[in-house]
Amino acid sequence: MQTVRLFGHWIHGSIRIILHGGILYWCWTLLLLALVGMGGVSYAHQLQEGLITTSMRDQVSWGFYIGNFTFLVGVAAAAVTLVVPAYIYGWKPIKEIVVYGEMMAVTAITCCALFVVVDIGHPERFWHLIPGPGILNVPSSLLGWDVIALNSYLLLNFVIVTYLLFNLFRRHHPNQKIYMTLVWISIPAAIAIHTVTAFLYSGLVARPFWNSAILAPRFIVSAFCSGPALMLVIMQLMQRFTTFHIRREAIWKIAELMTYFMGFNLFLLCAEVFKDYYSDTGHLVHMRYMFNGVGDHDAIVPWMWSAVSCSVIAFLIFLSRKRRENLLWLNLGCTLVFFGVYLEKSMGMVIPGMTPDTLGEIYEYVPSWNEIRVSLGILALGALIYTWMVRIATPILHDEFHFDDGKATHPPLGTKSRAGGT
Amino acid sequence: MSPEVSRREFLCTVAGCAAAAAVGGCSDITHTDFFRKRFRELEPDELKDIIADLEARQTAKYGKQTTISTKGPLPGVEYGYALDVSRCVGCRRCEYACFDENNQGHDPEIHWIRVLEMEQKLGINFEESDPYYEAEEVPEPGHFYLPVACQHCRNAPCVKSCPVGATWEEEDGIVVVDYDWCIGCRCCVAACPYGARHFNWAEPKLPAEAQNPNQHYLGNRPRPKGVVEKCTFCIHRVREGQYPACMEACPVGARTFGNLLDPNGELRYILENKKVFVLKSELNTKPRFYYYYG
Repeated sequence: MQTVRLFGHWIHGSIRIILHGGILYWCWTLLLLALVGMGGVSYAHQLQEGLITTSMRDQVSWGFYIGNFTFLVGVAAAAVTLVVPAYIYGWKPIKEIVVYGEMMAVTAITCCALFVVVDIGHPERFWHLIPGPGILNVPSSLLGWDVIALNSYLLLNFVIVTYLLFNLFRRHHPNQKIYMTLVWISIPAAIAIHTVTAFLYSGLVARPFWNSAILAPRFIVSAFCSGPALMLVIMQLMQRFTTFHIRREAIWKIAELMTYFMGFNLFLLCAEVFKDYYSDTGHLVHMRYMFNGVGDHDAIVPWMWSAVSCSVIAFLIFLSRKRRENLLWLNLGCTLVFFGVYLEKSMGMVIPGMTPDTLGEIYEYVPSWNEIRVSLGILALGALIYTWMVRIATPILHDEFHFDDGKATHPPLGTKSRAGGT
Repeated sequence: MSPEVSRREFLCTVAGCAAAAAVGGCSDITHTDFFRKRFRELEPDELKDIIADLEARQTAKYGKQTTISTKGPLPGVEYGYALDVSRCVGCRRCEYACFDENNQGHDPEIHWIRVLEMEQKLGINFEESDPYYEAEEVPEPGHFYLPVACQHCRNAPCVKSCPVGATWEEEDGIVVVDYDWCIGCRCCVAACPYGARHFNWAEPKLPAEAQNPNQHYLGNRPRPKGVVEKCTFCIHRVREGQYPACMEACPVGARTFGNLLDPNGELRYILENKKVFVLKSELNTKPRFYYYYG
């Protein structure tokens, strides 16, 4: 009973924090709320008219939604694995890195779930997936596995974050054994979610562009470029706007590890490019559609070259230790590699896989405005959720928001506590 | 109402749809639609109620006495199809007979059969084929034609990929979709190597005069938006002993439909005596749809 009451205090205090903030916080929140509202209206339109409001058609039956979903699974996976170097190198704020990483995972998976919801024709039939009233067609359906993997991962991370923060709030020492065990489980789980998501594509014999054994490794390696890039930028923002502090060496180490992954990511891309162009079979057409265009069809070519350029430039920046240990260069590199991987995964992976279609027809897919608005709405909701979680978590981690002697102590409201978003 | 409150009725009450249940369902999504079980799990009397409801709704909407069959597979039957590539002239009569027979959406138009025009000197090359050819007269010189629809695979990638088991292979080999169970995730569309699966991107518009009132639950009954559909070998016809519409429409006799298990059938004769091939055999989908050079 006591625990329930305390939990009530915690929720109450958290809402209080969310509802107070400086001008910058409110500008940010209102901007995100506006985007969420716009996404909501666009989604209502899609529900009314059907998925015809997107640019997807039978030829290209998955598009921007599923691309974003795939990218965000990677972000969710990579955010958590930052715990590994933190643990190995004994960085001090390991608890913070765990909390911020797992909160990012919760946010990203929530967005993933929403991207799937907006992509399916009958979201109200979601219960068909629940074993019991419905059926989950495992082991044969990879989407079935993905549903299991992503939901378990969401639950796992949610439990870890809630457990840690709630215990700190009520000034209990979180049981290190319990939470570190869960954290260690979440690391292979992180790899698993991205692997299963890759298998969803690479298991399709109909699509030679995806039917590649190195798709899963590529997914994971590229996620280890974009995920830490996002976390590094967010950590710096938090350092600037909140009381969070991360040691410089930790940042440099993450940047160093990213360099290896960025190099490896480009290597894997080269391996795919070599295989397709050198063997020059009928399957090359997908790669050609991506990098050269086929006939007059070249809508995604500039995007793909931008993606590759971003990744290469970011790698070159990061190769030099002097550069990557300069915050300006570091952030430039992070931004470039983040967008490079984003474009490569959200557009470059899904669209060429389906263009031309299985009977050789080329339908040029470019996301519709409605599709883009819905997607922006989801991403904005993610940013909002993360901002709120950070605002609640940070004062708890710094012992400014806790429950003591029958009374909740709040951080001074309306001051610094804010973070950037997804 | 049965003495034992069924799950559907219970959930219905929970959802506050009791009133709708009393009047027999509201116009769009009713309680029965929403909580309907999978086709394969429905009890015979539940199914009877659903069919009666669906028939009544369609009869009212299209002004034609509609019957929806739920007839199961016939014993000792496994359907197969053979198409003579050398006879096909590319007239697309099969494509339009299929369109008329199966209550397909008119806007956007959905075609279950795609006739591909191929260049003779390139052989079967999908990348170079054209499904939108417009010819004064067919066959066009230097070209041959390849109609492609669902291949009713024995090792069907679409069935494997469906997360909710909304599509499956019937005993007689027909791969069907339960339109009321499909969630519209389009995994099957991505998985099909033959472009045979079609999604209802919008509410399919079926003009009243075009409605075919002779229907099957797993076949040509009008589909809602947001679900996947495909060729069913005209399940409503073939299980009654008729031929599929595409075969009857073919003016050159390129199409042969039959029972693969009938040793004296014409289909078996073709498979045993002609130069038969299947599309994309390297994918090991094991189609029941064969092509041959007669």
